[in-house]
Amino acid sequence: MTVETNLPVDREYIRSFSAEKGEGQWLADLRLAALEKAEELPLPKADKTKITNWNFTQFPSHTVTSEPFSSLEELPEEVKTLINMEEANKTLYIQRNQTPAFLSISEELAGQGVIFTDIATAVREHSDLVQKYFMTSAVQPDEHKLTALHAALMNGGAFLYVPKNVEVKEPIQAVYLQDNSEAALFNHVLVVADDNSAVTYVENYVSTVAAESGVVNIVAEVVAGTNAKVVYGAVDNLASGTTTYVNRRGVTGRDARIEWALGMMNDGDTVSENVTNLIGDGSFADTKQVVVGRGSQSQNFTTKVVHFGKHTEGYILKHGVMKDAAKSIFNGIGKIEHGASKSNAEQESRVLMLSEKARGDANPILLIDEDDVTAGHAASVGRVDPLQLYYLMSRGISRHEAERLIIHGFLAPVVEKMPIEGVKQQLTRVIERKVR
Amino acid sequence: MTASTLTIKDLHVSIDGKEILKGVNLEIKGGEFHAIMGPNGTGKSTLSAAIMGHPKYEVTQGSIELDGENVLDMEVDERARAGLFLAMQYPSEISGVTNADFLRSAINSRREEGDEISLMKFIREMDAKMDLLEMDQDMAQRYLNEGFSGGEKKRNEILQLTMIKPKIAILDEIDSGLDIDALKVVAKGINEMRSEDFGCLMITHYQRLLNYITPDVVHVMMQGRVVKSGGAELAQRLEAEGYDWIKQELGIEDETVSQ
Repeated sequence: MTVETNLPVDREYIRSFSAEKGEGQWLADLRLAALEKAEELPLPKADKTKITNWNFTQFPSHTVTSEPFSSLEELPEEVKTLINMEEANKTLYIQRNQTPAFLSISEELAGQGVIFTDIATAVREHSDLVQKYFMTSAVQPDEHKLTALHAALMNGGAFLYVPKNVEVKEPIQAVYLQDNSEAALFNHVLVVADDNSAVTYVENYVSTVAAESGVVNIVAEVVAGTNAKVVYGAVDNLASGTTTYVNRRGVTGRDARIEWALGMMNDGDTVSENVTNLIGDGSFADTKQVVVGRGSQSQNFTTKVVHFGKHTEGYILKHGVMKDAAKSIFNGIGKIEHGASKSNAEQESRVLMLSEKARGDANPILLIDEDDVTAGHAASVGRVDPLQLYYLMSRGISRHEAERLIIHGFLAPVVEKMPIEGVKQQLTRVIERKVR
Repeated sequence: MTASTLTIKDLHVSIDGKEILKGVNLEIKGGEFHAIMGPNGTGKSTLSAAIMGHPKYEVTQGSIELDGENVLDMEVDERARAGLFLAMQYPSEISGVTNADFLRSAINSRREEGDEISLMKFIREMDAKMDLLEMDQDMAQRYLNEGFSGGEKKRNEILQLTMIKPKIAILDEIDSGLDIDALKVVAKGINEMRSEDFGCLMITHYQRLLNYITPDVVHVMMQGRVVKSGGAELAQRLEAEGYDWIKQELGIEDETVSQ
């Protein structure tokens, strides 16, 4: 099988799309340059997964228009369960396919100068700020075909800016709803936490319709300034026909912290990169990730922390369960650059396979170019222990229920350590639905 | 509830192609406490594993019935729901699953959907049983057997027994590794179960357990068979004199299961 690699859009389309959005010339130029790159650059390297036949580029439409929601009551049930309907003063953005469909921001946050809006509005109203950070320090458009395509075709997303010294207490939430099977999504999330600020951002990708050949391409950039703290939670739950590329990447200033809480619950083929570049001395990264694979999906997860600054710490903890004929590769990379002395890189990946046809692989990699550091890794891949099943079943619990308990038990040590309460609860529900 | 009967006839069991049990016959009725004694390697634990349906043990001949139902046709969980319980010598550790969640699932597996035990009732009952067994309350929220000491695991098996209330229980070396205080506590839990509706088969090396739980019948196992049965006094004689007199009486040289 070969997949058409010609892109379904041309320069003229991009130019008019950008103009229609009222974007500045800088972004139109960036898009057009990226489009050219997209033609020639190769796909990213997803170690040990063959993605050359995956459909990242062919989709029915790049733009669809969806109705906004005039109140939260109109939301589909799948979305209602993701948000706290009781909380009146919440900060929440809901995007329906590519359309900004709902936005509220608490008065307190607005008063403190926090900016939270859809990416198109941000490009128009905060052009300088967006231009400064958009695909400049975390992700570059010309890394490979999919980042280039992303820059050229970006048609959704959100911008969050937290000014210096502002600590946001309540989590800020975004929900990206896919309810049109025609809609391709090139979603860009840009989170900038200025010096000494703190913020927690939680996002959900959720499909309510099955897509036959859905394409989702997500780039999220997190820029944490000096001594800033960003906690970034995500629960991805896209439907089985959707091929997803998702790249969540952070860069840290001195003494900054980025914590990731990622629930990778897509039902379709997925390539995920989660990278933190620890630039500033004394900065810190922590990734906690859980995965449930089912059906015949194939997934590739790379989690990477790169230490540039001295005294930096990076921690990766991933647990995945593979059911049915699902396949997953877990690549964990701790990289310590020359000069990043006194740094520490730790990682742990564990995969549990529930059926004969399920496949999982964990590849821990440490790349160290500095003597005065510490590092460690642990990885395991295994099947359900038949004696555990026997023990549970000997108490009357059915095989199915016993497996369910073992899956929850396998993921619980990661879920329980997730730094965001709301993400824990969502994950528990999604996992329950996927293993039922 | 009425008294149940577990009937084992001519049971032959192999593991990895090696025959361990070579024709065991036993009948345990509700209200009765049986003890199976015998030296190491005579097939005692194999019997308990075969009754419960351990995946590695293969029944090659004979039958096990509970109230006339063919146990060998049942999956492990069906055997449990039919009324069998095995307190295991080496219980599995299951990370991430709390003791309380596990026990509630076990109890609810015996109830219809929509008729699950209420959380309050469950907690009250579990608290009471944990008090009886002198267990720390925090053990309810610890992961199942993970990091439990040997004694804690045994108590936890008996906690499950008293919560699940089976018709027939097999206790596989529930006394091994327990100090005398812990043994008394475990025996208290088991004795609490005594009723006309509950039958029990205790597998042990030691007479000591039987000082606290008086058996109605004592069986001696050698060479994969029950070679002698008697009353409680048989256990006392074994404790005083060892097994040699039985071997002499029956002309057995090597009591273990030979090839």
